[in-house]
Amino acid sequence: MALRIIVILAALMGVTGSPTTTVRPETSSVDTAAHPNSIPETAEETGQNEVFSEEEGAEDVMATGELNPNHYPAQRAAKVVQHYLTTRYGSPYRLFGLQRVHSGNAEDVGDSGRKYQLEIAVHEIISNTTQKCSAEVFFPHGQKQESPQVQASCEELLNISTKAQEEALYQQYKMNQTLISAQNLPDSHGHIEPDTKPLWHLGIVASSFIMLKESNENTLYNMAQVANITQLATENDQLKFDCHTLLHDMVSQVNTHNYELLDALENGRKSKLFP
Amino acid sequence: MENYNYTKYHPMDEIYRWMEDVERANPELVSSTIYGYTYERRNITLLKLGQNNTAGREKKVIWMDCGIHAREWIAPAFCQWFVKEIVNSYKTNEKLEQMLQNLDIYVTPVINVDGYIFTWTNNSNRLWRKSRSQSLPNSTCYGVDLNRNFKANWGTIGVSFDSCENTYCGESAGSEPEAQAVMDFVGAMVNQTLCFLTIHSAGQLILLPYGHPEISAPNYNELVSVDPNSGSSRDWARLIGIPFSYTFELRDKGKFGHLLPENQIQLACEEAYVGALSIITYVHEKAFNNSIVSNSAATTVKHFTLASGIAMMIWSTIMAVFVATGFI
Repeated sequence: MALRIIVILAALMGVTGSPTTTVRPETSSVDTAAHPNSIPETAEETGQNEVFSEEEGAEDVMATGELNPNHYPAQRAAKVVQHYLTTRYGSPYRLFGLQRVHSGNAEDVGDSGRKYQLEIAVHEIISNTTQKCSAEVFFPHGQKQESPQVQASCEELLNISTKAQEEALYQQYKMNQTLISAQNLPDSHGHIEPDTKPLWHLGIVASSFIMLKESNENTLYNMAQVANITQLATENDQLKFDCHTLLHDMVSQVNTHNYELLDALENGRKSKLFP
Repeated sequence: MENYNYTKYHPMDEIYRWMEDVERANPELVSSTIYGYTYERRNITLLKLGQNNTAGREKKVIWMDCGIHAREWIAPAFCQWFVKEIVNSYKTNEKLEQMLQNLDIYVTPVINVDGYIFTWTNNSNRLWRKSRSQSLPNSTCYGVDLNRNFKANWGTIGVSFDSCENTYCGESAGSEPEAQAVMDFVGAMVNQTLCFLTIHSAGQLILLPYGHPEISAPNYNELVSVDPNSGSSRDWARLIGIPFSYTFELRDKGKFGHLLPENQIQLACEEAYVGALSIITYVHEKAFNNSIVSNSAATTVKHFTLASGIAMMIWSTIMAVFVATGFI
């Protein structure tokens, strides 16, 4: 599937003003996933209806109630939170990975869908810091595939300011005589040239909008590669990129080609438009 | 063999050459066998690691294969790493030497040779997963997902019957020469086979077939299938009666995915080696010393772990599992 979206990123400009995050007090949740259990729980003991393997298809019976945080239902829902956080707070200098799911709970919401409540640890990749987040993910069930809805509150997501770096990057690209372009990030050997890393990060942020939109309870999306990212000329202060990424769904093992136009504006406003 | 760089990815011709070198340099430990041919008529080769059994007891078998899926480059890298570790340590490690007198460890560095070679041809082929067979003459698409082609509830869950899809299971169970080669070879020694390990990426998981109690390992999550999977080698092994059958999913969890940087090869291999060796040690102790006594077994683990803390945790967990569940 090829989708064109126009993404306006505040990323390159830095965010003006303080974002809306909720500061939660530290919870002392039992970290069930930190170390191997001395006696493992059976499926019956956890009250979980079913567990999943990577290779099972989309017809899994859905787990409800308390979830095993290491198993797929909780992990897939938590991955959606990762994509959500990246779309809201991501930039070439701020990216999130799912570190761990501490706990999870799922319940049906009538016929309209299923709601997951999660306590997770999120890893900010560039500063190498970990944050705890509480999140709720609602997967609507309907004839047409609809995007999940996410609410998340984390400790201090924007603690480390990336504004200066983002500004510097913007200036660098703006002042460049030539339009920047890169392919195969990472390459076949997993390598990324240091000066193309911000472009790889841009690709991840942009892909997260699509991955968020396309996720459901039977997907686990990651961006596999930026196949091509090319800067386009603009007549105003915008930076514009044409971006071709490969998305990978761990469940179906399908690689999806994703085409996007990225725009970056100066006023720090972040929004996205669909054609 | 001393100059071989185990922290880089190697193309297939270098891996073939490496296998010859390892065998030539360690004749008392290593022997190679070609046990099948790929669709494009390439050798499917394994290295058997084992020593002469002075007591004359029948040797038991450990099976390890890597590279069923072409793009999972870290898996063949791990098989090579594993062989290197065994070769480099068995002479100074009494326990390991004893195990190699009782066990033969069969390691196939690359099963899906055609697919692996294809991923090296150019950038756009790097993420190829399947084999390179063409089942129907007029089909425009190539390849079968070899890990859906085994005789284990073939063609039921998690597969596609579209030859263009990444999980295409083939025309019939065992239709693919690569899968059939494994089933024939391992099938012939099923009664001696204690353990079947199949190495993949990515996900950092240990996957257990249905019916298995859970085990845990640091850096890894474990998952248990409720139903036998469709066509996977791991579940085929379980179904024919091999008691310990695991899929290792190596690094990472999505940041790089299958395109794992070479500077992570060492870490990925070290953590997987600890896990694999712990399992092998466990099945050895169970089969030969018939003891699941904590103290003595735990002591032996210390001898040859790279990161003994981690191995101890795996070891005690595995033992607790099997003691608690009374698993055979």
